[in-house]
Amino acid sequence: MTLDADSKVLKTVPREKAFYFFTSIGNYTGSSASSLKEFMGRINEVNVKSLEFHLGRGDFEKWVAEVLQDQELTGEIKRLQKLNLTGNGLRDQLSFVVSRRVKRLTNQPTPSRY
Amino acid sequence: MRVKNNTVSLDATDMEILLALQKDCRETYAAVGKRLGIAHSTVRDRIRKMEQQGVIRNYTATVDAEKIGLRNITAMMTVYTDPKEAERVAEKLAALPEVLEAYTSLSEELLIIAKVSAASQEKLHEFIANSVAPLPGVSRIRTSIITKKFKETQFSIPDTSEKVHL
Repeated sequence: MTLDADSKVLKTVPREKAFYFFTSIGNYTGSSASSLKEFMGRINEVNVKSLEFHLGRGDFEKWVAEVLQDQELTGEIKRLQKLNLTGNGLRDQLSFVVSRRVKRLTNQPTPSRY
Repeated sequence: MRVKNNTVSLDATDMEILLALQKDCRETYAAVGKRLGIAHSTVRDRIRKMEQQGVIRNYTATVDAEKIGLRNITAMMTVYTDPKEAERVAEKLAALPEVLEAYTSLSEELLIIAKVSAASQEKLHEFIANSVAPLPGVSRIRTSIITKKFKETQFSIPDTSEKVHL
């Protein structure tokens, strides 16, 4: 990925393209993310039910692919989806892959896995 | 019929005509007049006045959408908002075709209650995620999908001539 493409992944998107966290059909938690960095922070804050809901539906990979246009992270999230993780195990893994991606894009050292 | 402080006061004949229209708005002036013992021209004139004053807002057909296979999901959506934005959010919701009814309400906090309709649960979620959650001022949303309808009606003026038998 080029530097230009990397900066696109890290861009802040308009509110109509932000990610809105729901816990079930029609139940919006009040948390949203307008950028990958904001998304990384929200993963650690939102109700874990919201993470389970969106990962199961494929909403995270869809947003990362279509809005942020980051194919690498899309692939990582797809792999995570296949593991059928739940609860804080899911939160930890999702947080790990997203923060690792953010650090790579910002050229910071990769975090060690726990 | 008199108008005072933007309120229209109706006499007994006006009320009788409204009751007749509420039961069947396709009934002819002559049929209503015959039943009430007044001329059809009186019925026509009084209806026109009530239309002009906005007492009669419209004549509609109530369609059972499920019967024709349309919009088979109905839900009640509660939208919690920043109090300063509530009116604006309610107005924006009211302009959306998926929203059938929208109200503001003051309970413990200011909120908006809206009845919404969609073709499926997925379409309902898409609508809320793409068109409601992003509205400025929306802080959270609770949605209940309606599973069975026990009653649905419009406001109707009470018919005092009907006796209630228990």
